[in-house]
Amino acid sequence: MIEVKNIRKSFDGTEVLKGIDAHFEKGKTNLIIGQSGSGKTVFLKCILGLHQVTQGEIIYNDVPFSNMDENEQRLLRQDMGMVFQGSALFDSMTVEENVMFPMQMFTDTQQEEMRERANIAINRVNLIDANHKLPAEISGGMKKRVAIARAIVMNPNYLFCDEPNSGLDPKTAILIDNLIQEITQEYQITTIINTHDMNSVMEIGEKIIFLNEGFKKWEGTNKDIFRTDNEAVTNFVYSSELFKKVRKVYLEESE
Amino acid sequence: MIKLLEHIGRYFLMLQKTFGKFTKGAVLRKLIVREIDDLIIGSLGIVAFISFFVGGVVAIQTAINSDNPLLPKYLVGFATRQSIILEFAPSFISVIMAGKVGSFITSSIGTMRVTEQIDALKVMGVNTYNYLIFPKIVAMTLYPFIIVISMFLGIFGGYVACITGGFSAHADFIEGLQLEFNPFHVTYAFIKTFLFAMLLATIPSYHGYYMKGGALGVGKASTTSFVWTSVAIIVMNSFVTNLLLT
Repeated sequence: MIEVKNIRKSFDGTEVLKGIDAHFEKGKTNLIIGQSGSGKTVFLKCILGLHQVTQGEIIYNDVPFSNMDENEQRLLRQDMGMVFQGSALFDSMTVEENVMFPMQMFTDTQQEEMRERANIAINRVNLIDANHKLPAEISGGMKKRVAIARAIVMNPNYLFCDEPNSGLDPKTAILIDNLIQEITQEYQITTIINTHDMNSVMEIGEKIIFLNEGFKKWEGTNKDIFRTDNEAVTNFVYSSELFKKVRKVYLEESE
Repeated sequence: MIKLLEHIGRYFLMLQKTFGKFTKGAVLRKLIVREIDDLIIGSLGIVAFISFFVGGVVAIQTAINSDNPLLPKYLVGFATRQSIILEFAPSFISVIMAGKVGSFITSSIGTMRVTEQIDALKVMGVNTYNYLIFPKIVAMTLYPFIIVISMFLGIFGGYVACITGGFSAHADFIEGLQLEFNPFHVTYAFIKTFLFAMLLATIPSYHGYYMKGGALGVGKASTTSFVWTSVAIIVMNSFVTNLLLT
């Protein structure tokens, strides 16, 4: 469980996050949505501790991140998995080596066992015949899967994904969404996903936080988002005609 | 000025963190071997080529500018040896290496920054400073071996140029090489080579690690890194020479 209390973050005097409170439960896919520049990535990086907050507190299982010493923070990070927007795979390593990397760094597991565990994670994300390929030799969708495999190989308690669907075709995007949701439920992970993909919002948004200009403007589930009359949310989510129609049909059917 | 002090402060903090929490031995060993291959072995060709030909040019220049019959014939060998050992091999080659090795270090770390690979390491709980910079520092401790090769090939290039061009006789050149040889000059050259090696490993790492922007930023950081590494080498050279030879 992750709790965020009134966090603020400024860069060179410009406040990007303006006092956000949130609560992320384990076993649920928590989505952060909002326009580009609304502060989603900064918010996620603050939760991860990659950015130091100007004010406020991030609490992991009742322990504030700021109260942890460097070693405790490092140990906590070993319990986190992160899927970056651009996948952030290590260029010089093969797919298998990328997935094995966290184990090589933090465990004394034998090479064979590491390979076995890496292959379980690789199979879990449905990657076939890619073990010995370099990141430059695989597609964007495959890279995302490798990044997910690397993120889950250490059985983390926290999974963070920064726009996992960006640059992917709709079919692959849905596959990635479903995969993240399955893994979250299967391993009871606290998952936080940054996205502006409306399909993801509708499909896997068990808890959605809407950010706008650094403020949290709305919070709810993918069911609530159809019924909300919050103008900022409806302007953002239902900006396309297609989603306006989807909403209309959903509301008509549920009446 | 405040900006410069901020950079210097951040550079020393980076060094402190580099020697903080160490990466696992087995992983570190692999990284060090890879860095030796990239930074040391990969530089041998260009250093050998430049040293041989610049050594030749130094010898020819000395010969044609000292054609006064009153000057001893061994002067060419003597001047070539002194120029190569004291300045050319340790300092000139280091400035070239600031371009070759320095740009490589800055761009490789900078690209990792741009593609969020450094963030990925950080999220995993890796001490990114130690993981990325320490192996480069260790690899660069072998840099004096490059300079030994440069010294040898520089003098050899001078010898070949003199003999084939008819600027000096074999015996005269060898006499000049052996004349008043002071072993401390080699020690001095190695002391400064070692210090330059540390600058070559750390200043480009700093510029790569703290670069901002995208692909353009990587290019900009590589250029800035070359400029500042060269400046630091030249300042260090002046300081060490004043300290050890005067």
